[in-house]
Amino acid sequence: MAIQIDQPSVSLSRVAVSDTHGEDSPYFAGWKAYDENPYHELTNPSGVIQMGLAENQVSFDLLEQYLEKHSDGATNSGRTSGFRENALFQDYHGNGKLYGTNKRGRAKFNPESIVITAGATAANELLTFILADPGDALLVPTPYYPGFDRDLRWRTGVNIVPVHCDSSNNFEITPQALESAYNEAESNNIRVRGILITNPSNPLGATIRRTILENILDFATRKNIHLVSDEIYSGSAFSSDEFVSIAEILETRNYKDSERVHIVYSLSKDLGLPGFRVGTIYSYNDRVVTTARRMSSFTLISSQTQQLLASMLSDKQFTGSYIRTNRERLRKRYELIIDGLGKAGIRCLKGNAGLFCWMDLSTLLEEPTKEQELCLWKLMLHEVKLNISPGSSCHCSEPGWFRVCFANMSEKTLEVALRRIHDFMERRKAH
Amino acid sequence: MTLSKKATCNSHGQDSSYFLGWQEYEKNPYDELTNPNGIIQMGLAENQLSFDLLESWLANNPDAASFKRNGESIFRELALFQDYHGLPSFKNAMVKFMSEIRGNKASFDPNKLVLTAGATSANETLMFCLAEPGDAFLLPTPYYPGFDRDLKWRTGVEIVPIQCTSSNGFRITELALESAYQLAQKRNLKVKGVLVTNPSNPLGITLTRHELNLLLNFVDEKGVHLISDEIYSGTVFNSPNFVSVMEILVNRNYVNMDLWNRVHIVYSLSKDLGLPGFRVGAIYSNDDLVVAAATKMSSFGLVSSQTQYLLSAMLSDEKFAKNYIVENRKRLKNRHAKLVRGLRKTGISCLESNAGLFCWVDMRHLLSSETFDAEMELWKKIVYEVGLNISPGSSCHCSEPGWFRVCFANMSEDTLELAIQRLKLFVNAISSNKNNINGVSQNYSSKSSRRKSISKWVFRLSFHDRERER
Repeated sequence: MAIQIDQPSVSLSRVAVSDTHGEDSPYFAGWKAYDENPYHELTNPSGVIQMGLAENQVSFDLLEQYLEKHSDGATNSGRTSGFRENALFQDYHGNGKLYGTNKRGRAKFNPESIVITAGATAANELLTFILADPGDALLVPTPYYPGFDRDLRWRTGVNIVPVHCDSSNNFEITPQALESAYNEAESNNIRVRGILITNPSNPLGATIRRTILENILDFATRKNIHLVSDEIYSGSAFSSDEFVSIAEILETRNYKDSERVHIVYSLSKDLGLPGFRVGTIYSYNDRVVTTARRMSSFTLISSQTQQLLASMLSDKQFTGSYIRTNRERLRKRYELIIDGLGKAGIRCLKGNAGLFCWMDLSTLLEEPTKEQELCLWKLMLHEVKLNISPGSSCHCSEPGWFRVCFANMSEKTLEVALRRIHDFMERRKAH
Repeated sequence: MTLSKKATCNSHGQDSSYFLGWQEYEKNPYDELTNPNGIIQMGLAENQLSFDLLESWLANNPDAASFKRNGESIFRELALFQDYHGLPSFKNAMVKFMSEIRGNKASFDPNKLVLTAGATSANETLMFCLAEPGDAFLLPTPYYPGFDRDLKWRTGVEIVPIQCTSSNGFRITELALESAYQLAQKRNLKVKGVLVTNPSNPLGITLTRHELNLLLNFVDEKGVHLISDEIYSGTVFNSPNFVSVMEILVNRNYVNMDLWNRVHIVYSLSKDLGLPGFRVGAIYSNDDLVVAAATKMSSFGLVSSQTQYLLSAMLSDEKFAKNYIVENRKRLKNRHAKLVRGLRKTGISCLESNAGLFCWVDMRHLLSSETFDAEMELWKKIVYEVGLNISPGSSCHCSEPGWFRVCFANMSEDTLELAIQRLKLFVNAISSNKNNINGVSQNYSSKSSRRKSISKWVFRLSFHDRERER
């Protein structure tokens, strides 16, 4: 006979029953609405258009072409010995070819300092386990990617203390905002262990300027805390000149104080391969590298996938051309949407990167409140049939801003979406 | 600017002899041509015996690895697919495969299956779901050394051992279960459940119906969870057949009772299919809340969609899957017999086993004293003088010194022969009281074989402390 347990009938942990996974937020609720009534050009032209999904679908043809040309090496179907080696390969050091060939021209990276993880989701959680204890905090500038609430906090027990940014200065991170957030944590007896920035920013769709990066690094050094730079969108900057990696800043400083800096990257956005689960941590701190490597046992990348990508990424001609073309296509998409929104009388934050734009609908709010923002969001979802992400789900302190994705659909579909917005704005004007 | 306590402690367990042995192997790995005196890796529980079956399937089904379905490219679809509910066709294929392995005596619902990046991730995720930091899980000893990391490190959960001894073939007893529970109470630890590996690593034996019933009675009475890590379920090569805890639950009419919701199974393709590199693990639970929580947590370790697709195609080929299971068992049985015979000729006996990729070898008679120090002494001799990396029982938390886990499925037959020869010489030397310094391995190098040892390629990539699982 079962003994009485003082928890719900099946005793689960607090972590399991909490809602820190964040999946009850509108960010995810919008997806549900989309899933229930998804737009399709032919079969469901009045369905919901998904604009809340930051995926890059503009450059698949380049990848598919590459695969057609290199089917042997890439997929092992012709090489039996290759399969065997891959099948066994679970070394948490990762496929050397894949990571040695890494990216981003101007900064140098040492393959020994790279740790692979199953996506940036895992990389961010892993770093949090390493850099902070339960009850500690990471400072994160707002607005930020809603998934951080889960990735940084859920199983780690670490808190996020927001660094508030607003439209008065294009949502740039100021030294005052940093200090303010730090002091807020201190006054609540919460120990700040680091600051995590996303550069280029999600949801702002803009790169962080060099001066700001320098300020942030100085701040981290002054407070003796870590700096994590999530550069998952670095390959999605419309022009390569505009993106400055924290690695470059460190290089110009001769790597002084670099042992507090850690970079997260992934192929999910730049290469449009979220399904393959390829994330990386790059750290200038050997102890972090060693620990991260051991922890990555919980989240390794399929060697089959590593093999495929190693071939692809070591083809310099391919990667160079892919990056250039991809940037150009994203820039064109961005211009298309800005233009369309402009014609509808809607302003956006000036962006130069990412797969989305940060749209200002604050003038449409009856009152500048979160509740009004959510009303507007529901209206957009159910009347205009567009799933866009409300700023409040990104912890934006100013109501009325929305993140609108533009790279996860065809150009035609984007035009349909723009027309709907245009019509919506016309209807409102008429009232 | 410091790191967290988790980062600075050593709960990752990598200072244990289990991993140190690998390090020594790495420094001096055996290769039949280039390093015939090197250390032979027998501490790695990998299944390398049946790759040819997988390879020939791939050769006949090129679409599966080329992102094609019926000749049409599905690259885009796969590249974008990151739904943590997993590829439905893959989960369907997995549950069918799991059922086939259990002789179709248990059936599984794909909606209760959660995919994870390997069993390593599955076990840790279950800890996060079922226990608070500071709670405890009871584990029968000896157990897989990796559990110290997987179950405890980031979760803060404790392991309390259920001591099993050679007096009854290391079987789990009611007394041992109770003692472990009392020990946890004494240490002020709240017990949240029991975790068993069935078939057992490192013992290589399947749990008996009696043991399974004992376990179910125990967790029922205490109101705790039972996790059955069945990662080796496809490696059962001799009778008695594998009995899954799920089968017993159904037979005892526990379906939809409280207990039904507290039993969870962990599985993986790393051992049965020999695919540790692909990181395919799974949690199976009858409890919807556990499935829901674990599914969300799997975001931290999803299986590559490319891999899900390949394996769904392979495992849905029922004829192939059935044949693979049968042939794989046959080969494991032969290998196992070879090792057992060879050891017996050397006067070394093993625990009688019917599963797994290793034998639990009794070297107590070779110890200078009945102590763990003596076990370490013997282990070092075997690694450095005999040139074999085997896993000492102490690294598996065995309560008795003198037992070693010796793997047999991660090398060629020739290499296994050589290993047995080396051991034979060593044992003979001990018994004739001769000092045997480095003399052993030099006298034997294996006959050259056309096919190079697989491990060589893989280890060529290794850096310093590379890690292998189980």
